[in-house]
Amino acid sequence: MARKGKKKPRLLQGNEAIVEGALAAGCSFFAGYPITPASEISEILAYRLPQMEGTFIQMEDEIASLGAVIGASLAGAKSMTATSGPGFSLMQENLGFACVAEVPCVIVNVMRGGPSTGLPTNPSQGDVMQARWGTHGDHPIIVLAPSSVRDSFDITVKAFNFSERYRTPVIVLSDEVVAHTRETVVLPDPDEIEVLDRIRPSMPPEWYIPYKDTSSGVPAMGIFGDGYRYHVTGLIHDIRGFPTARTDEVEPFMRRLFRKINQSFHDIQIVNRFMTEDAELIVIAYGSVARSARRAVLDAREKGVKAGLLHLVTLYPFPRRDVVATIRDARVVLVPEMNMGQISREVKRVNEGMSRVATLNRIDGCMITPQEIYERLIKEA
Amino acid sequence: MAEITKLVHKYLRHDKKFPHVWCPGCGNGIVLGAMIRAIDRRAYRKDDIVMVSGIGCSGRLPVYVDFNTLHTTHGRALTFATGVKLAKPELKVIVVMGDGDATAIGGNHFIHAARRNINLTAIIINNNIYGMTGGQYSPTTPYGMKASTAPYRNIEHAFNIAELAVTAGAVFVGRGTVYHARLLDKLIEKAFVKRGFGVVEVITHCHTQYGRRNNMGDAVAMMKWQKEHAVRVEKSADMSEEELRDKFTIGVLVDRELPIYTEQYELVRKQAKKTIPS
Repeated sequence: MARKGKKKPRLLQGNEAIVEGALAAGCSFFAGYPITPASEISEILAYRLPQMEGTFIQMEDEIASLGAVIGASLAGAKSMTATSGPGFSLMQENLGFACVAEVPCVIVNVMRGGPSTGLPTNPSQGDVMQARWGTHGDHPIIVLAPSSVRDSFDITVKAFNFSERYRTPVIVLSDEVVAHTRETVVLPDPDEIEVLDRIRPSMPPEWYIPYKDTSSGVPAMGIFGDGYRYHVTGLIHDIRGFPTARTDEVEPFMRRLFRKINQSFHDIQIVNRFMTEDAELIVIAYGSVARSARRAVLDAREKGVKAGLLHLVTLYPFPRRDVVATIRDARVVLVPEMNMGQISREVKRVNEGMSRVATLNRIDGCMITPQEIYERLIKEA
Repeated sequence: MAEITKLVHKYLRHDKKFPHVWCPGCGNGIVLGAMIRAIDRRAYRKDDIVMVSGIGCSGRLPVYVDFNTLHTTHGRALTFATGVKLAKPELKVIVVMGDGDATAIGGNHFIHAARRNINLTAIIINNNIYGMTGGQYSPTTPYGMKASTAPYRNIEHAFNIAELAVTAGAVFVGRGTVYHARLLDKLIEKAFVKRGFGVVEVITHCHTQYGRRNNMGDAVAMMKWQKEHAVRVEKSADMSEEELRDKFTIGVLVDRELPIYTEQYELVRKQAKKTIPS
């Protein structure tokens, strides 16, 4: 609040902007385990959270970190953890719990080269499919990818808002380039930021049915200690939260889990279009690669090549409608990624033969430069 | 209805679809009864209690009782409980785990929760076996005994859960059995009252999986075994190693004072606030 009215440009790195975004969104609990290139997020929150009545704890591993985050969220705190590939692998178990018990939380994965210990700490985008399908069982998930320092701030705020509105874990899939790039940014004042909180029950506790369907598919969430005593479990449960294997209870529950996300695509799916209106060549990119792509598109335009960029901010639920509408009239779609082709598979899946989908993959632990994308655009033109 | 049953009913969730999942003769009901009696004696409000469990037969315990209840993933109950306690320290957090839950898959979380001295109570129901999944050997299956995954004999050596808790830094550690029901009531109440990480290991029987494979008889026979092999801590001091060879101690093993995490963190907050530029 003290900053109000004198918005100063600040030199921040992506990880710092994630912290600023989390605090702006009301995060009051963080549990994590040291891992590069995500450690700055822990370090800064260890300093900042206790200044503002919040809580930071370093747990014994990443399984425990997400466990504590879920526990804190059930007790009413907006909660977050941050990690990288190896830690993200360990979190998959409790990520599924957060999905099925519908516990709002934010998980930041600053991607580095994998598999296994991999390439610490060179950039990669190898965890896209893991973010989508890493935990076992059929489940919907929200995955957002920042591409810049300012993006890291805005997307972290969004991640908290989505997690609260839809009662679901939200994954912020950053990468090492975004995390450690420093740039000058002007962050918005608190009153310029939309902050959403979970819907809490307002009826008398004896009327409360914790997992009752609603028009939004998102039930009101009681908080431990506020009088709405109910059962939280990782088992498939009935509307009262009790374990069930009855087909007439399992099916509606699973359908609702999907419906609450599926019927809100318009809210969740975020894309940025850049010079796509008349484009014959469309680049689809996300994360740090989207910035290289933007530059490459500008350079190609200077050479008279009609290129455009569809920058995916939301990776999942996959913004199919936006992708289809953008690539319908394109001759070639180029998907540059720091992996062997994870989002390009999705693009091919929705393309249905409308355009030719080309890939540009880099898996040597180096970022994709504007020059590389530019050269491909010229070649494809 | 007996008085003792009436009390339990005061805390049961009557809208829960009974019957429960436990086998006839299971000791888990005795543990739940002891917990409820301790809660009632301390007059804790239902709204203030969070009962957390992991996976296994013990994991189903909270679903039956009318508190804030949280049935977590296997071995992770203490991690969820840590988050609940830190976010709302005024809540009374009680964690129920089994032997495999707390000391195999959750062994790391167990020793770290003890080391941190998080202010909560951990009840570990030790039946020496993985009951729910079909009688596989656990970290507390004694050497030489049989299990579905040790059809010849178990060649691993068992954890002593209570001693593990002592070494890891728990401020209160008690061990009881489901046979010694009155002692169990007292131990659990003491652990509830104790500020800091309190542990009660409850020796119980799994006649269905463990007893059957090791010719230990039915539930009654196995409870008699508990009676014959348990020695009060106070009495054990005067006994020789030879006399204690096949015995285990029951009672309060440790009751000490160490700094409590939530209180320490409150001091950190005070310190942190001083660093804010005015």
